[in-house]
Amino acid sequence: MALLWRSLPRTLACTSLRSLNSRLLHKGAGASLCHHQVARKFEVARGLNPSPLTILSKDEEMMKETVAKFAREKIFPLVRKMDAESNMDESVYRGMFDNGFMAIEVETEYGGCGSTFFVANLVIEELAKVDASVSVTCDIQNTLINTLFRNLGTDEQKDKYLPKLAAEYTGSFCLSEAEAGSDAFSMKTTAVKDGSHFVINGSKMWISSAPHSGVFLVMANANPSAGYKGITCFIVDAGTPGLSIGKKEDKLGLRASNTCSVHFDNVRVPEENILGQLGQGYKYAIEMLNEGRIGIGAQMVGLAQGCLDSTVPYILQRKQFGKRLFDFQAMQHTVAYLATEIEAARLLVYNSARLKEAGHPFIKQAAMAKLYSSEVATRVTSKCIELMGGVGFTKDYPVEKFYRDCKIGTIYEGTSHIQLNTIAKLLEKDYIS
Amino acid sequence: MSLKVLVGCKRVIDYAVKIRVRPDKLGVVTDGIKHSMNPFDEIAIEEAVRLKEKNIVKEVIAVSCGPTQAQETIRTALAMGADRGIHVEVPAKEMEKLEPLHVSKILAKLAEKEQAELVIVGKQAIDDDTNATAQMTAGILNWPQATFASKIEKKDDFLEVIREIDGGLETIKVKLPAVVSADLRLNEPRYATLPNIMKAKKKKIEKMKPADLGVDTTPHFEVIEVTDPPAREAGIKVEDVDTLLLKLKEVGRI
Repeated sequence: MALLWRSLPRTLACTSLRSLNSRLLHKGAGASLCHHQVARKFEVARGLNPSPLTILSKDEEMMKETVAKFAREKIFPLVRKMDAESNMDESVYRGMFDNGFMAIEVETEYGGCGSTFFVANLVIEELAKVDASVSVTCDIQNTLINTLFRNLGTDEQKDKYLPKLAAEYTGSFCLSEAEAGSDAFSMKTTAVKDGSHFVINGSKMWISSAPHSGVFLVMANANPSAGYKGITCFIVDAGTPGLSIGKKEDKLGLRASNTCSVHFDNVRVPEENILGQLGQGYKYAIEMLNEGRIGIGAQMVGLAQGCLDSTVPYILQRKQFGKRLFDFQAMQHTVAYLATEIEAARLLVYNSARLKEAGHPFIKQAAMAKLYSSEVATRVTSKCIELMGGVGFTKDYPVEKFYRDCKIGTIYEGTSHIQLNTIAKLLEKDYIS
Repeated sequence: MSLKVLVGCKRVIDYAVKIRVRPDKLGVVTDGIKHSMNPFDEIAIEEAVRLKEKNIVKEVIAVSCGPTQAQETIRTALAMGADRGIHVEVPAKEMEKLEPLHVSKILAKLAEKEQAELVIVGKQAIDDDTNATAQMTAGILNWPQATFASKIEKKDDFLEVIREIDGGLETIKVKLPAVVSADLRLNEPRYATLPNIMKAKKKKIEKMKPADLGVDTTPHFEVIEVTDPPAREAGIKVEDVDTLLLKLKEVGRI
């Protein structure tokens, strides 16, 4: 067999590497050692270093360990209290800043960690295993707010806001309105030019972290006659006259994360406060949400894992009919299936994060990751309550909180139906081209 | 202040892991098991870093003996604030048989080599619970020792150390250079923040072998058997104190 490969003309081997490779690798379980060796040579020649998705580098392991330790020791004891009081404890909030969780990708000169997108997702996942509200606060800061400033900010804007976002306060991303959810671009918030200022009027809804944010990134339409092409991103400091925070929503889940409406009543901002370009806000929103949904995928995977981790030890020790619950095959099969679904969701999330980091197209995979992991989370949490039996239905055990928290996963940052639309559009392109 | 402090940190099986005896009954299962820094050594590192922050100490050097994975332990120390690390390479198989006497000789040699004036280690490792390294290191160096420290204060050219002893607390003065072993209540170790973990990547870790320090790691004793403690049996209830005394006499406890 080896002789045949060597006799192939070089150009042929190189141009059809992809198809050769896939034939070699996917020859089925019976592929011979010779095939594997040749495939490996081609792969190394292409500069790839394939490695299992769930094998992390030493650095990534270390970051993950640190977050897990902090979550276990500092967040876990307060989870129930924060949920009941619908408020994040100050020590947890401060702890996230002090430990660097709120500025993972931000460069060190702004006070950030200088780490990677994948690590940010690991942090989000580890936090979600303990408390999904803490996780989402970390996710929004890292994948939406910091990314917008880092990618679009002028040097002045970066110098002014990134250090604060790394060490001091959260930022809030204001896109949705009462009448504009999935149809975000039909927003009614306007920004009217007045000299060298813009005057913003409107109301935003479902704004996370609003009460304690120091800065708001507000999508407002500066040119309604141009439709969505007038949407512009404005930086509005907390405390700007005319900006008011509405009442806190009384939510089913993610209660420790404050969600409020934010009202803009003749809020004046200088034109220097435009982030990026006038009229490009719609594009920035879409691009940011494409990345942000990987973070939500990570949150949902962590949540599902945390839920399962709370359930299995219980059914390993509870006995009925003289046997442990886990000794019943039906229980074993249920748990095995749930674990498989979580693993699959995790692989989708990890792969889309790696694709993005490597500069490859990732939007379809990111949408799949968010879609699938949020749905897995609902299935896992629902089943786990049943596995726990009566106690699963009480607040004394953590599973009911996971069940309540997961529901928003299929809704925010693009509903499942929007994700399906996105995936279908990209699939169509795959088949047409 | 030109004081250099050497801190020993050992990579041990994580405290939360359920230990299992190996089938050959000569040790415990370590393959694929989660390991982390000995908790008392974390306290030692934390104390050294705090001394540096108070400008009492100029440089904190973290030392660990072990296989390649010991570097992870050193990295944790660096992320907590140690300035540089020394990894004394001991292959995994030899690590099982490495004794406190060997480690003490290594630490003593390094203290001399680095001209450190203070050596801090955890009071004992949670795997062998030997509680001997600090004492032996002091003996080899002929330095004073302050073990089971729950508070350290520098005064002029000596340390005032409060020790936890059976009777309560004992305050002693030790002249520098000295060896200190850290007890539980000395401090609460900080979390290695994510930015510090990233910064730690740039800090140096020097590698060497015990032979480079002239230390022979031939074991002095041989483990014959490792077994689980006997399974806990059910107790019995007695009606009054007299019956209790009778029963205790019966089983030879009093």
